[in-house]
Order: sequence, then structure tokens, then C-alpha cells
Amino acid sequence: MERLQKGEVHPRIIQALLDQDSGITVDDALDNEMILNMGPQHPATHGVLRVLLRLDGETVVASVPDLGYLHRGYEKMAENMSYYEYIPHTDRLDYISPPANNTAYCLAVEKLLGIEAPKRAQYIRMIFCELSRIASHMIAIGALGMDVGALTVFMWCIREREKILNIYDLVCGARFTTSYTRIGGVSVDINDVAKAKIAEFIDQFLGQLEEIEKLINTNRIFLERLDGIGVISKEEAISLGITGPTLRGSGVEHDIRTASPYLCYNEVDFKVAVQTEGDSLARYFVRADEVRESAKIIRQCLERMPSGDTMLNSPKKVLPRKTEVYTKMEELIHDFMIMNFGVKPPVGEIYSAVENPKGELGFYIVSRGEGHPWKMKIKSPSFTNLQSLGPLVAGHMVSDVVAIIGSIDPVMGEADK
Amino acid sequence: MTDFMNGYPMLYYLFLAIFPLLFVIPFALMAVYAERKVSAYMQNRIGPNRTGPLGLLQTTADILKLLQKEDMRPGHSDRFLTSASPIVVFLGSYLIYAALPFNSILTGATLDLGLLFLLSVSGIVVIGILVAGWSSDNKYSLLGALRSAAQIISYEIPSVMVVMILFVITQSLSLTEISEKQTANIFNWYILGGPDLTWKKFIFIPIMIISAVILFISTLAEVNRTPFDLPEAESELVAGFHTEFSGIKFALFFLAEYANMFAVSALIATVFFGGYQSPFGYLGDALNLSWLVPAEQFFWFTIKALGLVFVQMWLRWTLPRLRIDQLMSLCWKYLIPIALFLFVLVTFITMI
Repeated sequence: MERLQKGEVHPRIIQALLDQDSGITVDDALDNEMILNMGPQHPATHGVLRVLLRLDGETVVASVPDLGYLHRGYEKMAENMSYYEYIPHTDRLDYISPPANNTAYCLAVEKLLGIEAPKRAQYIRMIFCELSRIASHMIAIGALGMDVGALTVFMWCIREREKILNIYDLVCGARFTTSYTRIGGVSVDINDVAKAKIAEFIDQFLGQLEEIEKLINTNRIFLERLDGIGVISKEEAISLGITGPTLRGSGVEHDIRTASPYLCYNEVDFKVAVQTEGDSLARYFVRADEVRESAKIIRQCLERMPSGDTMLNSPKKVLPRKTEVYTKMEELIHDFMIMNFGVKPPVGEIYSAVENPKGELGFYIVSRGEGHPWKMKIKSPSFTNLQSLGPLVAGHMVSDVVAIIGSIDPVMGEADK
Repeated sequence: MTDFMNGYPMLYYLFLAIFPLLFVIPFALMAVYAERKVSAYMQNRIGPNRTGPLGLLQTTADILKLLQKEDMRPGHSDRFLTSASPIVVFLGSYLIYAALPFNSILTGATLDLGLLFLLSVSGIVVIGILVAGWSSDNKYSLLGALRSAAQIISYEIPSVMVVMILFVITQSLSLTEISEKQTANIFNWYILGGPDLTWKKFIFIPIMIISAVILFISTLAEVNRTPFDLPEAESELVAGFHTEFSGIKFALFFLAEYANMFAVSALIATVFFGGYQSPFGYLGDALNLSWLVPAEQFFWFTIKALGLVFVQMWLRWTLPRLRIDQLMSLCWKYLIPIALFLFVLVTFITMI
């Protein structure tokens, strides 16, 4: 078998691999070690993540994640379209949990405009955020199981996610890319049938979750595959800017839902799931606890949801209702203006962040008073969490690399933007 | 059958040589289908149900598709070795069938060292896998092949030790002889202490159960099934040693895997679960139909082996995969010491 020549790989990536301190001294590092290219086409890298591994036998000496294979220029695209037009694009960021992204974006724009959605819309958004959290964590847990070889867990988790997608379908007509929220509210109200469906789902979900946990939590192979693998300390996690379940797995009790409540999270009662070990197993436990809390939040939301409008009545900033557009002159003019020139927020810049399933999803919008952002920066949790991959995998084995990637749970649509 | 073909010994041997192939290919077709159905029902799916009645022809269609495929080979791979490796792997698993006693008359080779023969020819698979991984010029394949070699060689030790325990108890290494000893009823099976009704039988029962579990685990590792499917670890090494194979070569690897599954299950069934013996008497004996007995024996043999094949599938869709160091520590820290201890214990008990 021919060895990989140095010229065949991008020299900067090779240099990055060689620069890392491995604690092993050899004359020519590539003589005794092997460079393994994992991805971008690899079943365990959750999309198009490419990781270059420097291997000594099966042990990973150093690694360099190579991102950008799914770069679609969403930050730049935002500068060329109105605030409304951008909503469908947020679906494609973290494509595992579209409603949460929609909510994050709309909250940022609402903050910029200085408006707030009606109470009922906020509760609906919360329900959808938490449903998407359950859906996303189900994928995370299932994919983690699949990465370590337990294929059945994945299908059981997908079954639960499927039910959530059916609820999306029932409410807003789309299963996957929902584009459900609008600036100033949500596109359609939740009816009683949908409410009953959600309640029914939550009632049976905890039982199903227990069944899934019974399959893997009592399995010694599963526990030993993850226990003590990819440990990241509290300080390291904070300094790397990690957020979400990965951060809470390291013992940092930080959750934007409680740290700086948005929507109505201060009105519902829930706990922030924290584990202190900081290994892959802890991250899995955090996710499993979080879906329980999400179920709790949804139940409370269904009980406390007030009646009323789901769209704000603020003609210059929020699209008027279609029935009014067709019957009233004033609304038609507003509709025309917003459709053609966009909502015109005041000059300024804001940063708004929410707790997405993967971590802190933030939108930094700079406005010059035009119908589109002058600049938009997306702070995506997957991207920052992937920073930790290098230190996490060093010293572990090839099999652990997939387990660690699975436990960080990156979504490349979000990391590459 | 022996009487029938008495005048034609060559024909008889030809039949014995071809019979396992006639058995293995339909078995593999059905086993792949069964595996997909078993996994489907475990995972709340339906599984194949379009091709033929209940999807029964799905695997046949898959095989036909594989046969039609272009025979591709990676650019830098070794032409001779890539072509030879699937054949070597299949040879390794097919040779096992030479010594398997399907019933009292249908045994390819009635070897006195049948058990040792089985264990040694199953080692040929390692060569095939190593060659397949190395010759396909792919790092993932190479890693898979090396894992496989380390795994199969390590796990041969506990299985040989279990065979030694059996040898001490049965005083025989011939599979036919071991099967014959477990005749009459279920209590004569070696899993329940063997046919000798003394106080030793009751001490042997727990020992034999542990030995059977050790043999099952180590044969599971030898045929690369979950939780020991590291050589082909789908989520790590994509497909391991057979990543670069397609068409008929891939089909041969697949066939070899399922042939191997049945072979090792049959081995365990033979040495612990009475081989081709019925758990109770034979219908043929009761009705005085002597030709019915071999047919019944064949039925029992297949049923027992298929039961163990089902356990293998069941485990595959339930358990995660071990890591290479855990795999080695399981073998060297648990299986080998336990097997060694049992061997010493059994030796002392039989000496008394």
C-alpha cells in the first residue's frame, strides 16, 4: 500500500496536525504514524464534517476538524433580503430543530424593532421550541447510540421524533422546514385538535423514553464505551465558549432560559439539567434529563396558554392579516410596503440569543434603518462546540472519535452556515 | 443413503461435497431475509415486504443485482489478492461444513479430530480478511483487517480451552461420537452434564453452562458479529475490510458471514445441545420407519442451530459495539482465566 504523500493533503492541514504537541518524538512524524481522513463522507460525522486524524496504531495523536463543506453563505444572504424573507432560511441552520431557529431569529428581529409578540404566540413558540428540543435530543441520543453500535436505539428515537413532526404538520402544514414563526407572532394559531395531539404525545412520551433508557442505561457495553471518554473540564468548557448540553455536562449550570429568560420561560417551572463528570456519558445524561424537563414545560404551557391573538397588531412593523388586506385599503398599503421594501427597523445593533437544543443560538443584527440587515452574524452553537473536538479526541481511539462527535452532537448546517 | 450409493463411491463423495453448498446458499438467502425482518420488528419497522410474497424474494433480488454488477477494483489494489480474498474467506467458512454431522449418516468427513479441525479451519478466515483489508489499498480496510486478525486470534484461545474441557469430559474429539453420546433424551445433553449418571453430572451442569456461554461469546467474536463487529464497524470504519468490494465479491463475503454464523451455531449445538439428537425419542422409531430417523435428526440439528443463529441476530440488534481495548480485556481478563479455571476444575473432578 502506498503511503500518503505530503503533497496530497493541503499543506496547512498537515502542518496543523504536526504542530500539535503529541508527546511522542519521532524523526519524521508521518513515518510511523498514519493520517486518516474521516469525512466529509462518513456515516458517523453527522453530515459533512471532515476530521483529519493523526493515528498511532488506533490511538489518536492529534486531530484537526475541517469545516465549511456545507457553507451556503447565510450571513451574507441576509444582507440581500428583507427580514421576512429570511425566516425560511433559518430552518436550514439547525435542520434538526427548525422551529427553535425560527423563534430565535424572530425574537432577534422583534428586539430590533422594539415589539413583543402577544402572550398566546409566545406560549405557542415555547411549546414549539420545547417540541423541537425533544426532537433534536431524540436524534442526538439515537445517533449517539448508533455511533457506538446500538442501531435499535436510533429507530426507537426516530419513532418519537416522527410523532413530533406529525404535530408540526398538523399545526403549520410542514413537517420539516416549518417556518412557523413570523415577526410579531406565529403564522397560525394552535387549534384544539393539535393541543390534544400534543398532550397525547407528552403523555406517552415519558414511557417511551423510559423504554429507550432501559435499553441503553443498563447496558454495560454502552456505559463503558462512553464513561470517561472525551472529558472536558468546567474551566476548559467555559474558555472554549462551549454552550448547551455539552457545557452543562461539564457542571456549568448555565441555561439562557433561566439566566436571562426570554418568551415566558420565567413563568414556567423547570430545572436545568446538570452533570459534573464532563464526559460523553454525562452529556448523554444531560440530554435525557432535558427532554423530561421539556415535557414538563410543554405540559405547563398547554395549561396556562391564554387565549387571544397570535399576531401583533402593529401595521408598520408586522404584516397585516390576509383577510384585512383583501378588504381594507390601509392594510393593503401596509402589506404592499412591507412586501416590497421590508419592515424598517430603527438604526442600531442588537444581539439576541436563545437556548437552542444544541446550545446558544445568537443573532447579531446591525441595522441602518433599511428593509434588510446591514450585517448579520449568526453565533451557532455547533460551530463553537466543535472547537472542543481537538482536545477531546486526543489520546482516545478511533472508535471514541465517533462517540465523542455523537455526544457533542453538531449539526453541520448550523456550523457551516 | 450409504446403501443406495454403495456402488458409486465417487458419486457419494461428490454429493457430500456439494450438499453443504445446497444447504448454505438457501440458508444464507433466508437468513438475510430473517435478519432484516427480525431487526425490523425490533425497531418498529415492517422490513422487506415488496418483492415476492411477504418480501421473501428480496434477498434473491439483491443477490441477482450483485451478480450483474461490474467487477470493480480500486486503482492501486493488488489484482490477484483482491480477487482471491473473498474466495479464501468463503473457503474458511465452507470447510467447517465438511466435518459437521447433519445427521447420523450425512457427515462429510467423520474425523476423529473433528472439533480441532473445525477450530483450525475457521482460522483460515483470518487470512482472507487480512488479505482483503491489505490488498484493497484503503486505510479503513487496513484498520478493519488488523482489528479482525487481533480479535479472531485472541478469541480462538478461549474456544480451544472450552474444547479441551469437552475433551476431558467426553474423552472424544469426534463430533459424530459426541453427538451419539447425547442420544435418547434431553438430560443426556452435555449442557445438562452429559450421559453419565453419577454425582459428577450435577457438578458438570454449571460448568457446562458457563463453558457454553464462553464458547458462544468467542465464536460470536470469531464470526465478527455484534457486539464484536469491530472489523466492519459501520459507523467507524464504514465497512472495514470489505469497503472496497462490490458485486459478486461482496456477495461472497456476505455469504461467508452467514455460512459462518450457521457453522458456529451448529458447532455449539453439536457439542452442548445434543447435536442432531432429538430431545425426546424419534417418531421414526415409534412407527418403525427407519428412513424417518435421519430426516428427524436433520430437522433437530437445523432447528437447534437456527435457534442459536436467532440469538446472534437478537444480540446484534440489541447491543452496542465494544471498543478494541475492551474487546481484548474481555478476552484476556475474563474469558481465558475462567475457561482455564474450569479446565483445571474439570480435570480434577474427572480424576477423582
